Amino acid sequence: MDTVVGVLNYLVFFSITAGIYAVLTLGLNIQWGYTGLFNIGVAGFYAIGAYTSALLAGPPPGTLDWRVFGGWMLPFPVGLLGSALVSAILALFIGWITIRLREDYLAIATIGIAEVLRLIIKNEAWLTNGVWGIKNIPSPLFPTIQRGVAGFLSAHPGLPDWARRLLEGTYNWFYLALVLAFLLVLYWLLERILRSPWGRVLRAIREDEVAAAAQGKNVAAFKLQAFVLGAALMGMAGSLYAHYARFLSVEKFEPFYGTFIVWVMLVAGGSGNNKGAILGAFLIWGLWAATDFLTGYLPFTDVQASALRIVLVGLILIAILILRPRGLLGEEKFVSRMLR
Amino acid sequence: MLEVVQVSKRFGGLWAVRDCSLRVEEGSITGLIGPNGAGKTTLFHLISGFYRPDRGRVIFRGRDITGWPPYKLYHLGLYRTFQIPRIFGEMTVLENLMVVPGSQAGERVWNPLFRPFLVRRQEGAIRHKAEEVLEFVGLDQLRDEPAKSLSGGQKKLLELARALMADPVMVLLDEPGAGVNPTLMKKLAQRIRELVTQWGITVFLIEHDMDLVMNLCDPVIVMSEGKVLTMGSPAEVREDPQVIEAYLGGQYAVA
Repeated sequence: MDTVVGVLNYLVFFSITAGIYAVLTLGLNIQWGYTGLFNIGVAGFYAIGAYTSALLAGPPPGTLDWRVFGGWMLPFPVGLLGSALVSAILALFIGWITIRLREDYLAIATIGIAEVLRLIIKNEAWLTNGVWGIKNIPSPLFPTIQRGVAGFLSAHPGLPDWARRLLEGTYNWFYLALVLAFLLVLYWLLERILRSPWGRVLRAIREDEVAAAAQGKNVAAFKLQAFVLGAALMGMAGSLYAHYARFLSVEKFEPFYGTFIVWVMLVAGGSGNNKGAILGAFLIWGLWAATDFLTGYLPFTDVQASALRIVLVGLILIAILILRPRGLLGEEKFVSRMLR
Repeated sequence: MLEVVQVSKRFGGLWAVRDCSLRVEEGSITGLIGPNGAGKTTLFHLISGFYRPDRGRVIFRGRDITGWPPYKLYHLGLYRTFQIPRIFGEMTVLENLMVVPGSQAGERVWNPLFRPFLVRRQEGAIRHKAEEVLEFVGLDQLRDEPAKSLSGGQKKLLELARALMADPVMVLLDEPGAGVNPTLMKKLAQRIRELVTQWGITVFLIEHDMDLVMNLCDPVIVMSEGKVLTMGSPAEVREDPQVIEAYLGGQYAVA
């Protein structure tokens, strides 16, 4: 029974992370999958969302902290919306400058901004507490649920050990429900706005920008909308992460975890397909977790093992691209569902 | 309808178009011919806003449109097609057409959420029109195929069909007959003629196929070395020694 509880608790933890990645992947799907915008700085928007939420809805600086700013303990929804807003403003700023230029400039700008943000987070300790990170970010309803569980456990002292351990994990179940509900609403909204004439224009721009302009579409405006909307989702993913992890530090926003793996997820699941984006997030995160177990059985040092995991993910990506070049779920043929 | 006044465009040291002036009358099928490198496509790019002229003005329906971006010209009723078809390959033939109409309510990101009924109604009307246009150009059997699977000639027809979806006042057709087989060519010529007679669209076209130009266009404008050489009816142009010299190379003089 203990093993079952252990596996269940792990699955919950796993699904929360995969769910947060799915939000990132959906954001990238709007930008790349639909509009063909080459954003290789996903980590930057993810990070700025996480830190915005930590500053808005996180605790004030402690006596040992270097940071002197933020920590207003605002409610979680404020943090979530604030992170979307700040991330969107950053995207508007980058997009305004680069989106009219050739497409590779957006790639250069996004990767550059992501790195600059990472360095700002690392060095501007007055704002972000630098390498010490921001601690004790509150999780929504955490005290209430913990109190309830503690009350239940003390009222039922006869419960077997495995049941107690299961109940102690209640909060994670709640957070999983929160993330999945968020994901579900997001999926529904995105299907609505993307399977429409708006999504059709985005796809036309991806296919041929010049031809889209000849069809009377203000290409720069549509690209900017897609870029900003995608970035807002990435910011919200950051907020969801911050309030789950409760601790933010700069390593979590390195290009591998923040950008590369999100691209693998989208390409593997099916670029241009929201279902594919979600599937890819869960699948690739599952494989990533599985490689952790696998490399544990092999005779390598930790450093070698973690390098090998990255190689394995790369191999999986290559295999998918050869076997299913459009990802597991390809694009849907007919975009607009606003008929009937 | 369209007036080009002393327009020039330079690429490095080369004047692709130099002091070029011409006029396209409403309701005409005006042909633009000239040897390779005469500046015909460059002129089209200058008119349709894909290039900005270094000098000169472009007047469309009494408005100075010099340097306007292409998407704005679309909304003024000036539509262009491309020499090499620029289709949306991953989209179906039907969607290639449905994307064209301007000012669709559903193109504003909030409308599909907040005004779904308006969007649905428009989509129904647009689809209906797209199906009509597909039948007109004879692509109705292929409506659900991805556009990239069409043949070269069919892609040309798709470009023409998109022009009809745009409901323009005037179309610029850049070599509509290039790569089209002779059978399809007859049909294409017929369709272009119907653009004027049935749909009331003024046509300005570049073409290398002399049969098509001589049958279809009146007047014909001849460009050479970035300038307008002459202009007149097909018969006049055919007889003009300057044109024969610059372009037809004696081939038609014998005929």
